[in-house]
Amino acid sequence: MNPSPRVHVSTKRLVLIGLGVCLLLATVVSFWASSHPDGLEFVAHRLGFTDSAGQHASSDSPFAGYGTAGVHDARLSGGLAGLVGVLVVAVLAFGLMHLLRRRGPRDDA
Amino acid sequence: MHVPDGFLDAPTSMATAVVAAAGVGLALSRARRELDDRTAPLAGLVAVFVFAAQLLNFPVGAGTSGHLLGGTLAAVLVGPWTATLCLTVVLTVQALLFADGGITALGTNITLMGLVGVWAGWAVFTSLRRLVRSRGLAAVPALAGVAAFASVPVAALAFTLLYAVGGRAPIPLGELVAAMVGWHTLIGLGEGFITFLAVGSIIATRPDLVHGARSLVHARALEIRTDARA
Repeated sequence: MNPSPRVHVSTKRLVLIGLGVCLLLATVVSFWASSHPDGLEFVAHRLGFTDSAGQHASSDSPFAGYGTAGVHDARLSGGLAGLVGVLVVAVLAFGLMHLLRRRGPRDDA
Repeated sequence: MHVPDGFLDAPTSMATAVVAAAGVGLALSRARRELDDRTAPLAGLVAVFVFAAQLLNFPVGAGTSGHLLGGTLAAVLVGPWTATLCLTVVLTVQALLFADGGITALGTNITLMGLVGVWAGWAVFTSLRRLVRSRGLAAVPALAGVAAFASVPVAALAFTLLYAVGGRAPIPLGELVAAMVGWHTLIGLGEGFITFLAVGSIIATRPDLVHGARSLVHARALEIRTDARA
């Protein structure tokens, strides 16, 4: 139907724009996320098995619960945690995928 | 749907850890087929997007919220084996750094979201694509959305099965199934919508990178070449 997409975006550009969007979501938009319990937490609470979860082993992490220890402004605390998370996931994921990728199909010929 | 430490007993947690380790091990070798110089950066981006989107709980009514699981989204964009790896990275960082999802439950969470969520969504997506027999790229985001919707109650059902085997607190299982599947069907609507938007935006800009549209883009390239010769 539509022979080619209207805009051609290079992979690099696409990834950079995408990362920008993710940063915005994780650091700014996340402030407005619903703070209600999620589906599993809600069900656990209603059926009464919430208490079987003990203290989390990494609850003393400086970013436990998507906040930043010592930062009292909620917006800044959550935003910093979001930023750290995006950076850590990015380093691990881009690194892993880069290591695993096949080299260009004509490299080995 | 991040399971905390303590919901499931030690043998069940251990068993899911073994399943997760086997799945991730297999994914590490199979993902090579899906990843090349062009798609590897997209795979990195998909992992980051899943992390960011999981921060954004949306309300689903009655004081409950849900967030993207992202397995189907990742599978359609970068392939199911790579999707398993994306989810594994996200879930590991969440458990270790953010105390979201237990550490002894990491295997459970990888099994539920990185294996069941990914592969249920991918299976529904590929079945739908065969069923619809659509040659057009336009159908891909919608099919991905429907598959993503379906994957959430399936993952919720998988949790319930694990709970039936190794739940530490005694809970009437019928009620647990109804509540888990019911709420996660609602959450699935959000999953489907976000997946539709995310897959749609990549299809609109770089359909050649989308794993779930690979055969379509390839067929189209051949058609164009044939036309040019005629």
